[in-house]
Amino acid sequence: MKPEHYSERKVEIDGWPVNVASYQLEGKWHAKADNVSPGAALARIVAATREEAEQKALDRARELLSRTKRRGV
Amino acid sequence: MSGYAHDEVLVSTDWVASHSKDLKVRVVEVDVDTKAYDEGHVPGAIAWAWNTQLCDTVVRDILPKAQFEALMTQSGIGEDTTVVLYGDNNNWFAAWAFWQMKIYGHQDVRIMNGGRKKWLSEQRDLDTAPTVAGPSAQPYRAKDADLSLRAFLPQVQQAMKTRSAILIDVRSPQEFSGEILAPPGLPETCQRGGHIPGAHSVPWGKACNEDGTFKTVDELKALYGAEGVTPGASVIAYCRIGERSSHTWFVLKYLLGVGNVTNYDGSWTEWGNLVGAPVEKGAAKSAGQAS
Repeated sequence: MKPEHYSERKVEIDGWPVNVASYQLEGKWHAKADNVSPGAALARIVAATREEAEQKALDRARELLSRTKRRGV
Repeated sequence: MSGYAHDEVLVSTDWVASHSKDLKVRVVEVDVDTKAYDEGHVPGAIAWAWNTQLCDTVVRDILPKAQFEALMTQSGIGEDTTVVLYGDNNNWFAAWAFWQMKIYGHQDVRIMNGGRKKWLSEQRDLDTAPTVAGPSAQPYRAKDADLSLRAFLPQVQQAMKTRSAILIDVRSPQEFSGEILAPPGLPETCQRGGHIPGAHSVPWGKACNEDGTFKTVDELKALYGAEGVTPGASVIAYCRIGERSSHTWFVLKYLLGVGNVTNYDGSWTEWGNLVGAPVEKGAAKSAGQAS
């Protein structure tokens, strides 16, 4: 089997750059969100549509990013 | 010709597609996200989990030699096997595995340029069933650990005091400055934020293109050269737990041919938790100005 319709884009969530990649595999849509630097995975979701998978991944990313405390330097 | 100092350690996705099931080749996926392999992987590839199979799970350390030998044997890898590593996040933990394989003297280990991301974006074949690797007929015999590839705390302290080596901090600018203690979503952390005094900030990802492949040799020379890194320089790379810095270690040693480069795998989770260790805060100075 082959992944199809691979796409990737950058969005900003609460000031954090986030990369969201998605593709279709055997009829299901896979989406992954990671923070651009360092690239650590924030969420990986499987859903029936690209929109649903990406939205759930971004929701989870937002939840994790909101917990990250920024300190004054 | 790529112009890389050791371009024999890089293979393309095309090469892997043609050789992933060769008897003398073992393809191994090593991801940050240890579930990614199950979602689909290069046909014929096995997986190693960085957090259970590529470290000592009791003492904080790399794999002990005996466990490394056992992992190789179980994975069907002999001393003469060509091992090709790839993974997510532009080969973060593939580089970590590569570093350990070189510490234990494996001759022919390579990285798939672009990693998992490039394989997916090229819509190449995937398997979901785990590959069953029969154990090697002969037990794998590793060489004694080559610790010239690894930096420990005393060497880093010495380098900080005497400037005997260039310290390259490969974490994100926010981690370098002390704004955050660890990347969002990652649990390993520290008591203090900032960086080792005198360290230069070159986030690891700057060595990669958008498609996950490594930048050209000229681009890499410009990137690291701006921080004083030349083939004759002594360099210590560090990050948070040593995996991102193994990526930079790979770039410096194998793509640019820097002779004396080590990976400080204690990294910020060691330094940033040390009582009394000096810490510098704030953003990086512009290239060439780090003190």
